[in-house]
Parts: sequence; C-alpha cells; structure tokens
Amino acid sequence: MGKTLSEKVWQDHVVRSADGEPDLLYIDLQLAHEVTSPQAFDGLRQAGRRVRRPELTMITEDHNTPTDDIFAPVADPVSKLQLDTVRANAKEFGLPIHSLGDIDQGVVHIIGPQLGLTQPGMTIVCGDSHTATHGAFGAIAFGIGTSEVEHVFATQTLQQAKLKTMAVNVNGELPEGVTAKDVILAIIAKVGTGGGQGHIVEYRGSTIEALSMEGRMTICNMSIEWGAKAGLVAPDEKTFAYLKDRPYAPQGADWDAAVAYWKTLRTDDDATFDVEIDVDATQLAPFVTWGTNPGQGVPLSATVPAPEDFSDPVDRVAAEKALEYMGLTAGTPMKDIKVDTVFVGSCTNGRIEDLRLAASIVEGRKVADGVRMLIVPGSQRVRQQAMDEGLDKIFTEAGADWRFAGCSMCLGMNPDQLKPGERSASTSNRNFEGRQGKGGRTHLVSPAVAAATAVAGHLASPADLNA
Amino acid sequence: MEKFIQHTGTALPLRRSNVDTDQIIPAVYLKRITKTGFEDGLFAAWRQDPEFILNKPERQGATILIPGPEFGTGSSREHAVWALQNYGFKVIIGSRFGDIFRNNAGKSGLLVAVVPQDVVDRLWDATEADPTLEVTVDLESKTISAGDISTGFDVDDYTQYRLLNGLDDIGVTLTHEDDIAAYEAERPSWKVTTLPLRTQD
Ligand code: SF4
Repeated sequence: MGKTLSEKVWQDHVVRSADGEPDLLYIDLQLAHEVTSPQAFDGLRQAGRRVRRPELTMITEDHNTPTDDIFAPVADPVSKLQLDTVRANAKEFGLPIHSLGDIDQGVVHIIGPQLGLTQPGMTIVCGDSHTATHGAFGAIAFGIGTSEVEHVFATQTLQQAKLKTMAVNVNGELPEGVTAKDVILAIIAKVGTGGGQGHIVEYRGSTIEALSMEGRMTICNMSIEWGAKAGLVAPDEKTFAYLKDRPYAPQGADWDAAVAYWKTLRTDDDATFDVEIDVDATQLAPFVTWGTNPGQGVPLSATVPAPEDFSDPVDRVAAEKALEYMGLTAGTPMKDIKVDTVFVGSCTNGRIEDLRLAASIVEGRKVADGVRMLIVPGSQRVRQQAMDEGLDKIFTEAGADWRFAGCSMCLGMNPDQLKPGERSASTSNRNFEGRQGKGGRTHLVSPAVAAATAVAGHLASPADLNA
Repeated sequence: MEKFIQHTGTALPLRRSNVDTDQIIPAVYLKRITKTGFEDGLFAAWRQDPEFILNKPERQGATILIPGPEFGTGSSREHAVWALQNYGFKVIIGSRFGDIFRNNAGKSGLLVAVVPQDVVDRLWDATEADPTLEVTVDLESKTISAGDISTGFDVDDYTQYRLLNGLDDIGVTLTHEDDIAAYEAERPSWKVTTLPLRTQD
C-alpha cells in the first residue's frame, strides 16, 4: 500500500523504532526564541551537556521585543533579561542568532521560510505552537515544550509517538475576496478546536494548489488551533520557485539532488488517511470570530450566534462565557461590531503579500476616527521590502502606525496590548481571553477584512467600503 | 525527575472547557528564566475574582485538578505545566487535552490521567459536594478512587514507565547515541546547515 506525504517524511527521519516506545526522530532544524529557551539552556548547563549540532539551529528574538523604537534600550526589565539571556546562551553554546536590529530578525516562523531554511521533507521543531507554518513546504514541523527543546539541543532527536493521518481536501475556486485565512477559519469553525488532536494533517486539493506559498503558510500556521500536531502541503513547482536562490537553499548540483528528492514527496495515489474532511471552497465567505477560541467563528455577513444555537451542552456553556467576555449580544450583525484597534501582523499574516493586500485597501483612504491601526511586519526583511515598495507611506498616510518586526500584539508580551474592554480586529491566530492584553477582546480576521475594518471603524469587508 | 507511583490528595473541580494555556498562565507571566515561581501567574485572569474556585478557603491545598474537555490547548508554553506544579498540583484528571500540553506534563512529571467525560462529571459532583473528599491516583494500576467512585484511567505505557521510574528523557536517548551517529552518517550532504550565517545580498 502507498504512503501519505507525512508518512514518507516521518519514515525518512526514524533513528530508532521499538515496540511500546515512541519513535526516535532525527530533527533537521530547531528554531528557537527568547521565551521558551532559557530553561532548556539552563538544563543543559546543569547536566554539563553541549548542543549536539549547533549548525542545525537558528535563534531569533521576537516574542517580547519592542516594535516602536528597537534602537532604544528595552524598557521592560524582564524582557530585557530574556533578550540578554538568549544572546548570552547563543554565545556560550555557539549558536547562530538574529538579534534585534539585524535585517534577518523577525518572527521565527517568518524568517525560516524567508531565509530558505525551511525546505521540503525536513523535520523542524521550535518551542512554539505555530511551528506548523513550515509545513507549507512539505516539512513535518511542530511545536514542542521546553523539555523537548532541551532534548533536541542535546541529542538532535525527539521521542515522538506515531500520529494518525488526516486529509483536509479543499476543492474549487475561492470566491472573490476570500483568502487563505478565511479558509482556515472556516475549517476550524467546522471541526472545532479539538478536531485535529493526535493527527498530522495534509491540506490538499485544487484550492490549496492554487494558493501562493504565503497563503499555504497562513493555513498551516493555524493547524494547532484545531488541535492538529502538524499541518503540511505537498511541495510543487511553486515551492521550488519560492526557494530557489534563497540564502540557505541548496545550490548547483545540490539543488538538483534536492529537487529530485522533493519531487518524491507526494501522497501516493493508493495511500489512505485515517480521516478525511472535505471542504467546498466555492461556498466560503470572509470569516470572523465572535468568541474566545478560534473555532467560534461565522461568516462576516452573519450575526452573533446565541448559546441556544449549540446542541452540545459544553459548546453552549462555552458560548455563554464567550459572549459575556466579548461583551456581545446574540443576534447582533457582525458588521455592526465597532473596534478600537486593528492589528495587521503575526506569523499568520505578517508576510509581504499580507501587507500588500492590506495596503491596497487602505490606499487613498483614512483609518476611521478613534481607531488605531498597527502594522507590524513579520520580519525586518519584510519591513524593508514593504518600504522599498512604498507600502509604509500608504499606511502612514492613511493614519496607521508603521512598526518594526516582532510578535507584538499577537500575544501582548511587549508594550503593544489592548486595554481591558478594548476590541480588536486582528490578523493573528488566537482570540483567547486576554491574549492581546488583559480584558482585551479579539476578532480574528484576514488582512483584507482587517484593512476594511480599520477604514470603516466596524467589522467590514473591502466590498463594504464601496457600498 | 521524581518518581510518581501513587498520590492522594483533595481535588479542585474546574467546570470550564477549552482552558487554553493562555488561561493557565498569560504571556505577561512568562518572563522568568527559571522553572520556578510561576504559581503567581496560574489562572491569573480568574484569580482576582474571590468567587473563583481556586480562591475558596475549602480548596486550599488541593493537589488534583479536574478541568473540562480541551484543557491545555493553544500555546506550547511548558510554563503552563510549571505553573500548575509550582502551585502544588500533582495530577490533572480530564477527558481531553491539548497534545503539546500532555507531552510537556509527562516530561515534567505532572500526571495527566485521561478518563471519559462522564467520569469527570461524577468526579465533579462528588468533589463539589465534599471538598475534603480524598482522591487517590495510582499510576501502577492506572486507577482513580474517590469515595464510592473507582475507575481506571488512560496514560500511554511509555509515559507511565518513565514516570514510575523517574527517568530523564535525554538520558534515555543518549543510550542510543550509536543509532544517532549512524543516522547522521547517512544524511545527504545538501541538507541545510545554519553555519556559517548566510544572508541575502
Ligand atoms: S506571531 Fe504570535 S503566534 Fe506567531 S510566533 Fe509570535 S506570538 Fe506566536
């Protein structure tokens, strides 16, 4: 019987396999950042261990770096301590790092693909749950905890029990104005936040094939939001074209050898998945969340649901709590919901394509009175590219705030936070209670909806601006 | 890591589903560089409410947490496990958990005991009715007993074995160093390396 893509990649990384034990998998690349690494380095130090393969490691600073003035000293003493610590650790253990002020610094899941470090057929881990982003290239990539980070540093392997396989088949042409973000929000609303637990998911079908690499990354990025361990897309000519001539892409004869291998990374026709889900792309619409988990979403044209709409008692209670936290009344049209803040950025939608899309919508328009719009590029390189294209001017002329790269308001670890009761439309991936600041209320949206919302002052699609 | 064989303690029934790791410990509390001291951030947003169950006088000293389904979803932060442990929890009993959280817990010696949701419901009822009810979790036999409730729970065999013996994962893996070296010898030479640093010109 044939194999699925993820089974092929998995098999190529098994160092050791024994009954009743998880497989020991070789890890091709470990990415690290300042928040989830200090305790791992501490563990190594205490045990007198080294990093086994420093050259299979890349570190960046992103989670709590400031994005307003990166050249001023970091004001928050604890953030500063973490940054100082990660730099000292990189030095002590001989690991490559892109620090604040470096052109290749940025959100860990943005810089990997951009530098060409992320390649098909790899195993990639990071102490960060959105590591599945790299799966867009046909890699098995997933988030791990700090103990596992330490384990990979010490052994370049990870103990990992086999996972079940799932296919999400998305077919058909996306209607005008519907983006990759809407596709994944709709999938999560359909299957629920736990729907993917214990699975590696392959996103496939004509819709996925038609997406750009950026769009595929947006989809894979949110795999964890419905519980999947990892999400991946089979590499194709688009993948190879994206990688060609990136700094870390193989060159010359190596490139040919690599591409020859990458081309074998497809699910065989006679392979079977444990679970398959079908999505009709032609029926999708711009999607937004109304609640406090990414599964609580509806089409933008819909109204806020009522707890009674849910038959499962657990969902009903969750909806009640979410509505209370979000300060929303059932039956309210989503488009009547006013926002205070619009955040464009994060590893979900902080790439150049996202900024171009948002800029095309705010161009020649103004951000509504009383709304602040933050544009936070995913990396310094993206920022530079956007400035070369003049996007920064478009944003600042519209009244938006143009920032340096980092995670910023995606998780509110740096000074960019919502105040209690404030409401945002955010292109990030999590609308959890307090995620963007204590008491803050988050609506997850695509970059197109984010930009239109900034102009309208309430949740809106670009089409609404012309109405 | 300390061995985990059996534990008896009082419980904290937490009737909430989808308690993600941002709720267990918000990001602003993640700034330490040690594995201790995270108890302050545990359930930080809810802690300010004196009615929140963790604040109830009769729940002080509880060591077994019984949350609703989809506990520990979201962010990979192992700080969620440390915060629970720093606060004093030894066991989490529930029906469904985020994968990364469950993994992290196993690595740090916090037992995640999986039972069907109807067992959770019965444990909720019993421990809400009597906050002093002692709950015993036995890892060797994979059983939970509390008053007249007696039930099995799931934990994978490998995690059970490691917890019972207090084994450190890295130590176990390093006994297979030869296998790792043999694998490395076969890796294609074109596989990516990050050193020396490269950049776009
Ligand atoms: S942008 Fe947000 S989701 Fe992505 S790595 Fe940073 S904090 Fe995590």
